[in-house]
Amino acid sequence: MKKLGLISVAALMASGAAAWADELSVVCSAEQDWCDLMVSAFEAENPDIDVLMVRKSTGETLAQIRAEAGNPKIDVWWGGTGDPHLIAAEEGLTQPSGVDTSELLGWAQNMAEISEGRAIGIYAGALGIAYNTEILAEKGIAAPECWADLEAPRFMGEIQVANPNSSGTAYTELATFVQLFGEDEAMLKLAAIGLNVNSYTKSGSAPSKAAARGETGVSIGFMHDMVKLAAQGFPLAIVAPCEGTGYEVGAVSIIEGARNLEGAQAWVEFALNADTQSRAPEVGAFQVPSNSNAQVAPESPDLASIKLIDYDFATYGSSDTRGRLLARWDEEVGDPNPEQ
Amino acid sequence: MKKTVLIWLALGLAGFVLLPWHMTDDGLLDPSWITDGVAATGLFGTLAGQWWLAPAGLALVIAMILQLTVAEPVKRAKLTLSASIAGLFFMAMQGLIIVRAGPRFFEGLLTGDVIMAGQAGMGAGAGICAVALLFAATISLSQSGKGQGDAFVVSTIGLIIALVGIFVFFPVIHILVRAFEVEGGYSLTEFFPRLFSADIWGLGCLIGPRSCGVAINSLFLGVMAGLGTTILGLTFALIFTRTDFRAKKFLRILTVLPIITPPFVIGLALILLFGRAGTVTEFFADMLGWEKTRWVYGFWGVYFAQLLSFTPIAFLVLIGVVQGVSPSMEEASQTLDADRWQTFRFVSLPLMRPGLANAFLLGFIESIADFGNPLVLGSGYEVLSTEIFFAIVGSVADPAKAAILAIALLSLTMSAFIAQRLWLGKKSYATITGKADSGQNAALNPVLKGFCYAIALPWAALTLIVYSMIIFGSFVKLWGYNHSFTFDHYIRAFGVDFANWRLTGVAWDSYFTTLTISSIAAPLTAIVGLATAYLLVRQKFVGKDAFEFSTMLSFAIPGTVIGVSYIMAFNFPPIELTGTSIILIIVFVFRNMPVGVRGGIAAMSQLDKSLDEASITLGANSFTTVRRVILPLMGPAILAALTYSFVRAITSVSAVIFLVSAKHNMATAFIVGRVENGEFGLAIAYSAVLIVTMLAAILLMQLLVGTRRLRRTDRVQQAAKPA
Repeated sequence: MKKLGLISVAALMASGAAAWADELSVVCSAEQDWCDLMVSAFEAENPDIDVLMVRKSTGETLAQIRAEAGNPKIDVWWGGTGDPHLIAAEEGLTQPSGVDTSELLGWAQNMAEISEGRAIGIYAGALGIAYNTEILAEKGIAAPECWADLEAPRFMGEIQVANPNSSGTAYTELATFVQLFGEDEAMLKLAAIGLNVNSYTKSGSAPSKAAARGETGVSIGFMHDMVKLAAQGFPLAIVAPCEGTGYEVGAVSIIEGARNLEGAQAWVEFALNADTQSRAPEVGAFQVPSNSNAQVAPESPDLASIKLIDYDFATYGSSDTRGRLLARWDEEVGDPNPEQ
Repeated sequence: MKKTVLIWLALGLAGFVLLPWHMTDDGLLDPSWITDGVAATGLFGTLAGQWWLAPAGLALVIAMILQLTVAEPVKRAKLTLSASIAGLFFMAMQGLIIVRAGPRFFEGLLTGDVIMAGQAGMGAGAGICAVALLFAATISLSQSGKGQGDAFVVSTIGLIIALVGIFVFFPVIHILVRAFEVEGGYSLTEFFPRLFSADIWGLGCLIGPRSCGVAINSLFLGVMAGLGTTILGLTFALIFTRTDFRAKKFLRILTVLPIITPPFVIGLALILLFGRAGTVTEFFADMLGWEKTRWVYGFWGVYFAQLLSFTPIAFLVLIGVVQGVSPSMEEASQTLDADRWQTFRFVSLPLMRPGLANAFLLGFIESIADFGNPLVLGSGYEVLSTEIFFAIVGSVADPAKAAILAIALLSLTMSAFIAQRLWLGKKSYATITGKADSGQNAALNPVLKGFCYAIALPWAALTLIVYSMIIFGSFVKLWGYNHSFTFDHYIRAFGVDFANWRLTGVAWDSYFTTLTISSIAAPLTAIVGLATAYLLVRQKFVGKDAFEFSTMLSFAIPGTVIGVSYIMAFNFPPIELTGTSIILIIVFVFRNMPVGVRGGIAAMSQLDKSLDEASITLGANSFTTVRRVILPLMGPAILAALTYSFVRAITSVSAVIFLVSAKHNMATAFIVGRVENGEFGLAIAYSAVLIVTMLAAILLMQLLVGTRRLRRTDRVQQAAKPA
């Protein structure tokens, strides 16, 4: 029995060899298809680099690189919302990539500036409202146009939004409200909307999926997720709130202590390339690319036509502000009706 | 016996002298180290300045000399024991102190250039040395008179303690100490208020509109799920063994289906059936004018999904036990003029107690550690497992909170474990003896039979509907909206380019990895689990209760905690495993081992000890007894352990999500990514393929392991016919 175990373990150890120098280990936090596209495109351009890619959400990735600090197994972290990338930069888990960012749009350069070149913006996605056209028609509810509409009693029990304690999307929403209305007013508004909320989900993308399937009438989330669901055939309409809205910036970072630094830098350069970014809509990724020369898909939410606030990533990304706002949210908005 | 010790010591010494001590970058079996001299053997390393490797080799040499020179057996054994233990101790210390990267124990203790440069993780040489020293120690311990002088038993105990210590306690400690962490140090005074806060244990829901603490929610859900699954499992087991129900084979498959379903799938199917826009909901809304509600989100939805998911576990534990209840006892009862209900109530049911208790315990633990169902359906009903997950990966990462919640969860498990022990007490449940019996189990009385049918058959129908929905969902374009038939999802996942014989589907990589890792992990899990069960039931040794609990520990800890703690512990020397497939195998073996243990205990407590004694009296040693007497009688338990660990390795999510790497990606991690992405069709198609694969594998295992023959006909006693 013991011998059998030893033999199989030994055989496996042989297969579990450590990385070669020309292997590049990438964690991708964007959608799977986009990750696959990136890998095949990168390998086509750099035939001598073998990319090992795995998809993990930003929270899982951050937890992993924290635990692996000092002996990382990952070289590059590509995609996923910017806040965790900024936290990793703040904690010294990532390193400056030193690539040229001059072609990038303002918000992407801004992110690189805040993180001292550690996290660089690759795409942006605005926050919006989605509603299920069938449900609202059936119930005779007028469609929302502004954040303020969501406070109206006609949406009683129809709104779904994520919990900012677990979801980065919902935290972006909280920070957006604070920047739009001021902290006190924001809490009052969120509490008023809260009376209509049927559930605070754990995951940020869950509300829009629920709205797509008719499990809830209205959802708050990122517009590119909603566009994708609508493109799949769900009866989902998307609203850019009239008061203006906040946005997320997806980022790419090189892990501190990366084993294949050159390959990682090549990846970052590749990811910021206009041609690379123009290909995203092929796989249904409708975020707005960060390279000013990249083509924007016609389905993408047009950031120019949306009233975007000047989102302050430095302030609202910091742990202090985050902790304070979340504590206030728990206290004043919270979860007043936990069991439906 | 002296010879066995010498063989082990020689093997260890060979490992020290001939094999590379450290892990090499090219894997273990790569022969290039022989020529390039980079990966030095223990001996070479010692001579080249890594003096801290010497004690392991010295201990082996000293133990060998002691074996050959000391004549008096007990003295020889005791001296060898101390030499081996000292060798193991120095090996562990040098491994923890002198490391290349990562946390270092006793930082100030040893300094110097060579030491600060550190060393890589332990490799083949170190592994063999450690095993040799361990067995030299355990065999010597048995020779010095401990453990009734039984070398096999003592060695097995030693091996399991060492494995559980390294792969359960060592990693888990890494994360549990975080519970005591405050800014700039550790504090015990901060810990207790945080552990007993109202957020965790609050009872607000009993007296007012506020919600209860997460631990109370988990506890309530766990007790309800434990009771529910045990009752359902028992009715199925009774139908199988005590009735002449016609479609037993079909029912059997239905009871196995949920256990082989990847997570999220049952939750998703329930939403599509019973959600606000679900098929069943719409039907009732149209027919009866009921209002469409969201009842499925919250406690009832989670409870429902957990009953569907975990009833098969209770069934697997109970079927062996219900089968094992001896007909002699039931006959005796009937001879004494008891009717069938009395026989069942006062004879059969009490004899099933170990099975019922173990089924409840497993259902309870599964429920409170369950992550997938509360995530999909939990909504506002917050439980420990999801809270722990989001304390680690949420927008505010708080490992301290995660550790505290994990301790709360552990305390629930421990209480359930103790309660189970108290209920079982010290009675004997042995019913499989060497004595002959007539071999016919008593049939159920009609009322009970009706009751069983009334519970089990609707349940089976529901399971069938849920699974038809899943199959249906994998063949339509957009489940719920566009029901036109398509093979697209299967082609995308499992496409094959027949022109070039290339696998073009996106799922192939993770599919093969998953199958390989699960088929390696399953037999190892069964071996470790059943060996532990054997020790617990058949052997008496100091600290048995603590030993038993420690084997349950890894099961009770949520997967997320296990996953993160494995990275913390095994990303750095002395044991560096992250990014390999070994870490996945190990996590499965030690996470699923408790099921093997529980099943083994339940089955073994029914085997009369006189069978072992007869074998020993006839001159067999304990190893032969296990192999020739106990194992053949353990067919159902072995099958259950194999099946369950295989299936669990394929379907577990939360533990592996942190441990998968690009080279070794698992199916569930892949499916979760697709579900997050909203690609339900592909996710469900992949799940359907996994379900079919597992079903085939289970049937194959059933053929290989075979069924236990108790010389009882498989017939149920018929009502007495007039002659």
